[in-house]
Amino acid sequence: MELLLQQVLAGLATGAIYASMALAVVMIYQAIDHLNFAQGEMAMFSTFLAWQMLQWGWPYWAAFVGAVVLSFVGGVAIERILFKPIQNAPILSQLAAFIALYGILNSSAGWIWDFNIKTFPSPFGSAPLFGERLVSTHQAGMIGVTLLMLALLYFFFRGSRLGLAMRAAATNPESARLVGIRVGWMIALGWGMSAAVGAVAGMLIAPVVFLEPNMMLGVLLYGFAGAVLGGLSSPGGAVAGGFAVGVIENLAGTFIPYVGRELKLTIALVLIVAVLMFKPSGVFGRTVVSRV
Amino acid sequence: MMLEVRELCAFYGENQALYGLDFALDEGNIVTLLGANGAGKTTTLRALCGMVRLSGEIRFDGKSLLGRATEDIVRLGIAHVPEGRGTFVRVTVEENLQLGAMVRRDRIDISRDIEQVYTHFPRLKERRAQTAGTLSGGEQQMLAVGRALMLRPRLMLLDEPSFGLAPLIVEELFEILRRLNRELGVAMLIVEQNAALALDLADHAYLLETGHIVMAGPAREIGKDEAVRRSYLGY
Amino acid sequence: MTSQSRETIALASEPPRARAIARPSLRQILIALAVLVAVVVPFVLKSFFIFQLTLVMVYGLAILGLNLLTGFNGQFSLGHSAFYGIGAYTAAILMEQLDIAYYWTLPCAGAVCFLVGFLFGFPALRLQGLYLALATFALATAMPQILKFHPLEPWTGGVQGIVILKPDPPSGVPLNADQWLYFFTLAVLLVMFAGAANLATSRTGRAIMAIRDHPIAAATMGINTALYKTLTFGVSALYTGVAGALGAIAIQFVAPDSFTFLLSVSLLVGLVVGGVGSIPGSLFGGVFVLFVPNIAERVSTGLAGAIYGVILLLVIYVMPSGAAGFVRFAATRLKSKGKLR
Repeated sequence: MELLLQQVLAGLATGAIYASMALAVVMIYQAIDHLNFAQGEMAMFSTFLAWQMLQWGWPYWAAFVGAVVLSFVGGVAIERILFKPIQNAPILSQLAAFIALYGILNSSAGWIWDFNIKTFPSPFGSAPLFGERLVSTHQAGMIGVTLLMLALLYFFFRGSRLGLAMRAAATNPESARLVGIRVGWMIALGWGMSAAVGAVAGMLIAPVVFLEPNMMLGVLLYGFAGAVLGGLSSPGGAVAGGFAVGVIENLAGTFIPYVGRELKLTIALVLIVAVLMFKPSGVFGRTVVSRV
Repeated sequence: MMLEVRELCAFYGENQALYGLDFALDEGNIVTLLGANGAGKTTTLRALCGMVRLSGEIRFDGKSLLGRATEDIVRLGIAHVPEGRGTFVRVTVEENLQLGAMVRRDRIDISRDIEQVYTHFPRLKERRAQTAGTLSGGEQQMLAVGRALMLRPRLMLLDEPSFGLAPLIVEELFEILRRLNRELGVAMLIVEQNAALALDLADHAYLLETGHIVMAGPAREIGKDEAVRRSYLGY
Repeated sequence: MTSQSRETIALASEPPRARAIARPSLRQILIALAVLVAVVVPFVLKSFFIFQLTLVMVYGLAILGLNLLTGFNGQFSLGHSAFYGIGAYTAAILMEQLDIAYYWTLPCAGAVCFLVGFLFGFPALRLQGLYLALATFALATAMPQILKFHPLEPWTGGVQGIVILKPDPPSGVPLNADQWLYFFTLAVLLVMFAGAANLATSRTGRAIMAIRDHPIAAATMGINTALYKTLTFGVSALYTGVAGALGAIAIQFVAPDSFTFLLSVSLLVGLVVGGVGSIPGSLFGGVFVLFVPNIAERVSTGLAGAIYGVILLLVIYVMPSGAAGFVRFAATRLKSKGKLR
């Protein structure tokens, strides 16, 4: 029983990683109506930037804030420079552009900082929480920060004018223009915010999985899976989905024999697809009924 | 003249939809643009908002609208109620109205204006917290007009406001439009297939046929014209 | 009878077909030229390049499979690496474990993949867009795991895979093994591409495309959307599976890690670059998928991924609708210039 509880908590801790990634994924989905497959690489690159600042002797929180700000600016820049020219291209072409961005970021990071594993510090330390061996302080910190980001984003989108404008621009760009919203800049802003959230996620994940250019692939896939499980229209659902994926993955790894690292992903995905069979729009997603 | 349009041509890709339109609209007036399906009525409104490729001259308060982005044209005080209403279906009724005032900064007046819209459209007030997509066609049309009003526009462009609505609702809607025009002095350019109602409301009328204006004049006279009566009014 | 009336009778009795054949369309001329070049090429080039061209055709066929599902039917798939892998392993197992001749492996691979694709199509009916993407992605990640699965090792060869012997040309044919394989692949390619072109212009093809464009309207017109969608999944898998079998024979080796999600991504990139919904475009996609990674590697080993990304971005900027879209655009421009004159 204690093993189960421990594994569930460990699952929640890794789930926090996936949850924060899922949150970034859903956020940009809400802003631009499709997924950014280069999200993980952007987060990875941001974490490397933070690492570089730490190498230059900056204190942790300065590097943290620096990386978040640079990521925001970078996200806006990537959207304005790379994706604005093809905004009217077919969706699959834009998807291919994301794939291209993935390749560019991954390869550049490897070239600038090499592929050796590096350590990245945690602001929370790694002592066991409350002296118990169930959850470490860093894991608790991850869960806390993820929930905090979720809360901030929720209030931003529901409670502020700008958040409303962004939601309008994403769901109905033509009508949004007719009320004077500068749709192009709303999309760019969505990218910036998503990049910033990704940076935070990356900096929380790096202490656990160690910093190297390929660290985010698995995380992004799990995050994507969590977002889909929760429902792409629901940020809260995405976070819940991320936590769920973490727990499922951990429990599968512990209790099902012969399950190695790669098989865990497959099992998690198969379970998610099974869930989707019953809820095709995700657990918390809303099926949008549109008039024909 | 608040709005002056000369030699307006509009294109969808390689296809020309409007062939040199000339029309004008005075401060506080209601002008209607009549015509059958495909005549180019919607295209005209979209051209005024910079949503299609066009050539010619469009002057609003003496300023040229050519080359301006839709978002900038809106900021000059032109509110467009598009074909199909363009409701933001996933947000609430109240949020739709707030979106209508997106370019304004005067928060207290915005709240006051929202309440004003509710007095014009009491049915919307009942549903203020409801998701806009759940409203009926008539209610969505009223919401669209209300949203346009939130801009405090000088000119409202309405694209087939009667489309898909029950006759009683349409009458109610047009009555409200008449009142808004009288009380607030908002000028209106209404594109309609329902010629009878439109001619009853408007001061001036233009008849559009396959991208050309074939008739122009005071609404009452257009309504009395033999050919118009046979083709568009049914008697 | 006057000479004039004799002429008239002669003209009248001329079979109408003769006139129709006299002027083939530009498209037919181009295809004929392409086939001619394709037939001549293996006698002019070195073995390795022939091998690469064979692979171009293999990938082109695989991309065509994906095209049938995504381009023509609008169902998004990230799982075609699985079908490619199933086809490849079917060929390998039949040839090495069961000693079956290489040409029989193609219909077998096709049949197996059709079945798997068709079955996968049923649950796929409930899922749209990104949710379907995830399901197909699950299929793609599952495949290497299944192939490495311990109890199946006697058949699949486990992590090490299976080595295949290159088939010899039939006795009496004066070609070397590479050339023979090239022509074999070319023949299969032509037949299957023709089949796809035929499908596209048929009533079935129009129904499939109608489902992509407006599923509700298609259903109200009496099209059995469920049946067509699952059938399309099956046929799409069949095409990619046959390509996988051909690929296995050409490369002479199958291993689980050759058939990962990354292959699905490559196929998708090839689809986009060639032009979604274009049959000849699939072949251009095959060219891109084979050659561009190599080019990128040669420019800079360290930044290979970045170079690949940059090239891909440039291609998308210049040809947002793929090569096929670009050709269409250029053709319209030339036609309108001709009209103005």
